[in-house]
Amino acid sequence: MKLTDSEKEFLEGNRGKAQQKAMELLVRYAEALGAERFVDTNNVCGVPGSANPFLQNYYKDKGTSEYDAIFSFFDLDSDELVEAPQALVSTCCLQGGADPDNWETLGTKPQVFSIYKDREQFAADHGVKILKTCTPYIVGNTPARGEHCAWMESSAVVYCNSVLGARTNTEGRESTSAAMLTGKIPDWGFHRTEFRYGSHRIDVDVPIESVMDWGMLGYFVGDVVQERIPVLTGQYGQPDLVRHKHFGAAAASSGGVELYHIVGITPEAPTLDAAFGPNRPIETFRYGRAERKRTYEAINSSAKDPDVDYVMLGCPHAALEQIEEVCRLLEGRRISANSALWIFTSRAVKEQALARGFLDIIAKSGGIVMTDTCSAFAQAIPPGTKVAALDSAKQAHYLPAIMNIQAWFGSTRDCIEAAITGKWNPESL
Amino acid sequence: MSNTITLRGRKVVGGRAEGEALVTHDTVPGWGGVNPVQGVITEVRHELRGVSFKDKILVCPGAKGSSGWSAMYHTARLAGTAPRALVFNEMTTKIALGAVVMRVPSVTDLDRNPLDVIETGDWVIVDGDAGTVEITKVRT
Repeated sequence: MKLTDSEKEFLEGNRGKAQQKAMELLVRYAEALGAERFVDTNNVCGVPGSANPFLQNYYKDKGTSEYDAIFSFFDLDSDELVEAPQALVSTCCLQGGADPDNWETLGTKPQVFSIYKDREQFAADHGVKILKTCTPYIVGNTPARGEHCAWMESSAVVYCNSVLGARTNTEGRESTSAAMLTGKIPDWGFHRTEFRYGSHRIDVDVPIESVMDWGMLGYFVGDVVQERIPVLTGQYGQPDLVRHKHFGAAAASSGGVELYHIVGITPEAPTLDAAFGPNRPIETFRYGRAERKRTYEAINSSAKDPDVDYVMLGCPHAALEQIEEVCRLLEGRRISANSALWIFTSRAVKEQALARGFLDIIAKSGGIVMTDTCSAFAQAIPPGTKVAALDSAKQAHYLPAIMNIQAWFGSTRDCIEAAITGKWNPESL
Repeated sequence: MSNTITLRGRKVVGGRAEGEALVTHDTVPGWGGVNPVQGVITEVRHELRGVSFKDKILVCPGAKGSSGWSAMYHTARLAGTAPRALVFNEMTTKIALGAVVMRVPSVTDLDRNPLDVIETGDWVIVDGDAGTVEITKVRT
């Protein structure tokens, strides 16, 4: 590897012990990748110092008040206990395991909630922005085009690369914590222009308009291209933030899409030729009526029972416009006694929902707005839930496997109707 | 010995380990598809669903899924359920970081596709520093 003088300073320990351990880990990681150098980053999204009951128990009695065991041994994969310093570069904390206000409703035990609270304080004390969301790009972290980032969270990574034209790989817990202390990340993959050109072409032959349309298209695309880079061309309107959010999250769940190009829409795809650069499409897929129907059936494959116990919205975390739409559908109506409605969002969006009176409307109907987490991440659903209804293809991909339940997927309207009637009765596709 | 095959590739993580191969043609899931404390794949439609990778030489195309991949397999190391070595085809940030924090010998970029050569149950010696994989076939 080619190390700069400043990187050598880190490695030699002149910038601090924890920073040295962070650099050692980044060098091991870069060598594993086959990277030749680092890029500088001033935009990190991770989960520094966070813990679950397993980690908390594993490291209990191994640290001191200043020398944090979890951060030393797990985040930095160090064999030595080191003092956890302040973040060197701008760092955000992503989602966590519990809602700060409704943790009892989620079924979080008090001792587990106290772990989450302590670990959040650890992050705050070390200069980390407490965003507590999988959608940092909704609540103020919108990197500029070309900016090198080190982000976790697959749905945020795909948004960062594709919609914003910033540059990040799907980083992990340890690499983001090390980047937070050094401002370095391996120059590999999506940081490099030659890696960002399209590999597969998708011809969209059916109109794509609603959030649900975009979610299904994303699920199809991820399934056919897996970890590669799709280039979409054809019949679609201008997607807004929410449509990109649902498209990308779905493509990053059914496959491992980290960057997509939509011709005429996304910043690195002014034309089909520009999106492919020197590449020729490896394969071309058509998304028409038949493919849309098959995708809808695949996302709904776990569901058969029409009695809906639980409606979950906000995957990825709801934007204010989505909460407003819920209120339009819900206002003045009551959720069925046989069903529950939980909506997940970020703290910043919840604050705006409060200001607009949306929290009141939802509470009066019997729903709850929660922050920080979601059902899949917290592994929390209302007691006795057998069948859920979801407007997110990503959540429909994960939740049945994680919680061993059935999940219906449809529009936000289908989901709210299910919450009110307790029955799944979707509008026709 | 006639039933020994050697593949040559490049080091991902150094060190030497040997054990029984566990081969999958499906990419290996992270968060949401694995129970690291038990060392078992849980993803519903995965070829290895319910199978333990503890102490195996895990041979796979690569890693997939969420950014929680490395933390899951890091946890498996702490729980004592990690595989002994990794042999894989497709380099990604998930599997590179995961191999680093699992601290197991790992190799990639082999001169033959390991998924064509190695079968579950074969005895495999991985030399991470040399970038070699030595396979003793159980069936010849």
